[in-house]
Amino acid sequence: MRFAETGFDLEIDLTRGNIERVKTDPGLTALHLGGQGMNAKILWDRVGPEVDPFSDDNLLIFSSGLLHSTPVPGANRTCVDTFSPQTNMYSHSLFGGFFGPELKHAGYDRIIFRGKAENLVYLFVHNDKVEIRDATHLQGKGALETGALLKEELGESEAQVAAIGLAGENRVFMATIEHANSSASRGVGVIMGDKRLKAIVVRGTKDINIAKPAELFNICNPMYREIYENEDCGDTMAHEDDEEFHVNNFAWGNARARNVGFWNAEREVRWREITEAVRLRWTGCYNCPKDCHQAIRLPGKQTYFQKCYSKLTYAMAAYEEIDFNYDFLAVTQEYGLDGFSTPQVLAFAIELYEAGILTDEDLPDFPESGGDRFYYLVEKVVAREGVGDALANGVYHAARQIGKGAEKYDHNSMKKFEQVPLKLGMINYPYFLMYATGAKMNITQIEGSYPQVAIADKEERQKFVDRWDAAPKRFKDWFLSWEPRTHPTVEASVNICDWNETMHYIDDSIGTCAFLSSFRGQFGGRPPYHIYNLPEFISLASGLDLDSDKLWEIAARNRNLVRAINIRRGLRRVDEKPPEDHWKKRDPEMEAKLLDEYYKFKGWTHDGIPTKETLDKLDLDFVSDDFLERGILSASEGES
Amino acid sequence: MAETTKKIVQEIKIDLDKCIGCRACEVACSAYHAKPRYSSINPARSRIRVIFDDLNDVYVPIRAGDYTPAECTGRHTYTINEKEYKECSFCGVACPARDYFKEPDSGLPLKCDMCVSDPPLSEPMCVQVCTCDALTYVEREIEAGPEVSREEIEIGLESMANKYGWKRVIDTVARMSNKD
Repeated sequence: MRFAETGFDLEIDLTRGNIERVKTDPGLTALHLGGQGMNAKILWDRVGPEVDPFSDDNLLIFSSGLLHSTPVPGANRTCVDTFSPQTNMYSHSLFGGFFGPELKHAGYDRIIFRGKAENLVYLFVHNDKVEIRDATHLQGKGALETGALLKEELGESEAQVAAIGLAGENRVFMATIEHANSSASRGVGVIMGDKRLKAIVVRGTKDINIAKPAELFNICNPMYREIYENEDCGDTMAHEDDEEFHVNNFAWGNARARNVGFWNAEREVRWREITEAVRLRWTGCYNCPKDCHQAIRLPGKQTYFQKCYSKLTYAMAAYEEIDFNYDFLAVTQEYGLDGFSTPQVLAFAIELYEAGILTDEDLPDFPESGGDRFYYLVEKVVAREGVGDALANGVYHAARQIGKGAEKYDHNSMKKFEQVPLKLGMINYPYFLMYATGAKMNITQIEGSYPQVAIADKEERQKFVDRWDAAPKRFKDWFLSWEPRTHPTVEASVNICDWNETMHYIDDSIGTCAFLSSFRGQFGGRPPYHIYNLPEFISLASGLDLDSDKLWEIAARNRNLVRAINIRRGLRRVDEKPPEDHWKKRDPEMEAKLLDEYYKFKGWTHDGIPTKETLDKLDLDFVSDDFLERGILSASEGES
Repeated sequence: MAETTKKIVQEIKIDLDKCIGCRACEVACSAYHAKPRYSSINPARSRIRVIFDDLNDVYVPIRAGDYTPAECTGRHTYTINEKEYKECSFCGVACPARDYFKEPDSGLPLKCDMCVSDPPLSEPMCVQVCTCDALTYVEREIEAGPEVSREEIEIGLESMANKYGWKRVIDTVARMSNKD
């Protein structure tokens, strides 16, 4: 009997219309857990480096995490992996809500799509019944609207739907996949659109077996209250009306400049009024007591969900008043657009217009105000009309397609992907490493366990460390000796980067939410889940024999496998640098040293390639064999 | 006249405005009622379900009540605070009109038992995991009529009568007893 997982994948060939239920190897679960780890294994095995993201051979994988559908609170993040046309690299995203658990109850751990349908289709999964169905009647429908229409049409009010809007249909690179109160961003919606897959509808009523049911339930039951009452976890900022942190610290426009002083008492009051007027309620995800998502309804518009960081990103990018944001989100959410990258793409277009690179010919009747311009541009982008066709490929590609010096305005992308609009002073060692080497395309998916700032007061610092159950001892030592406005040592920086990313690789394989674990340790140091208690949850649920060291090793295996996938597609040291102007004061010598030491620590070559020894130790011999065969590792590097 | 007795009524109060739609109640219920206890998780087997219509802001946790073989012939739609609710959203009956409160394998009806157990739980499981207090547990004492104990044969006869009518039951008993 398989515990915590179903032991079956669903293989869908959209070109041929073929559907298969495939038994999976439990040995792989022991090596990779589930979610991102298993997806990486499948992508490595089946999508060669020569495969173009827009080709039939690219895969789009929706995977549950190993702990979905177990009683472990907060395990609900579904993982979507594919190859991105924007970066030509591995692309990874997650969304909360209810989808992964429902998929497991239908009897599958993941759905693997290959090929492309001829016309728009959706996949309907109801336990053993799996059908590819015509979706041409849903063409152009909003992402959440599609879900509602399909549930009605199928008479499946309990089904869970993940769908794309018009942006995904038109292969806009910033397209999201929308589901209930959550979205998958970072370049996966475009592939769903390319495969002509409008939606996936899942309904499942089967049991999931637990290895040690009573023991697991015993440790899960108190977690509800612990998570609920822990003020240092969940999306704490979502509940604040004081937006000073984001508004003053993040750069406005096309990630250009801070607008310090914009946030004031008057705006805070008005912001609260606006928000309370449009909010229907706070909502949560499957089996999690935190309510991180706002259901928003504006008069005459369809309900949408606001989550995470999108609260004011559009207003800031458009240099608009705060009123603008909820209005504009109502449009972008139904088109299915990413609230991280889309504001930058639109602001980038405005900069090009103001610089005379885009003209009235490109943008006829271009309005005056930032807000009106955003409404104008978003239509062009989503329809891929005129210059919108280039903009729909993201800032990096649009800049090169438009030319005429537009490249200069692409200043905030890294590895061809838009980054958080932060412009800071002095380089930060651990952050340099996280930006440069991370494979998850967004710093929020990499940072999170080690605090961002030191605590000045020694007594407070000690108190923080005393209750910091989540941290291995070495981090406590480093934190105790860390004075404000000083750099952690190189050794500490390398370790901090490693720990931070490791926790995300764990979350993303078991499906727990980063707001309860990998992202939340950095603020308050009390994440409900951490390296010391997670092994017990995973072991009791799955029957795997795990402790903290073994779990860390699995995360390292998954990390190296993702690294290997990108290395095989050409990623090298030369690509590993943060956005040019992310820090005003750089330190090339130290940056080189940091990379050297990080690579060494990871067991990678000078060029950032995992060595044979590293790979073999992690049971990734098939990767080292491949690297040697392709000449990615030379025989001598292989031996090192 | 027989003496009246006191009776404890167990109640789960539901505050629709507080529900965040996390469905922890469904998870806990299905685990608690699995046999052996906690051995499997499956919201489809839960005796409490959250009726969801998120685009219309409808989140109604509802407890499984009785089974009925027939669905209602007509239904109400309630408008409460400008929001429309279907009557079914408030109805805990296991009925042919929908999938709620039926064992997914057998189709047999499920009914909330308030997590009756020995020793008793402090609160039903769904209430224990509902941290946002959409569900709260109360016990109320009410006056009840005298307890009437009935023989098994009476209960059996009554159900025969409910099905066939007293006349047919009496006639059949009479005819069969005459054969002796």
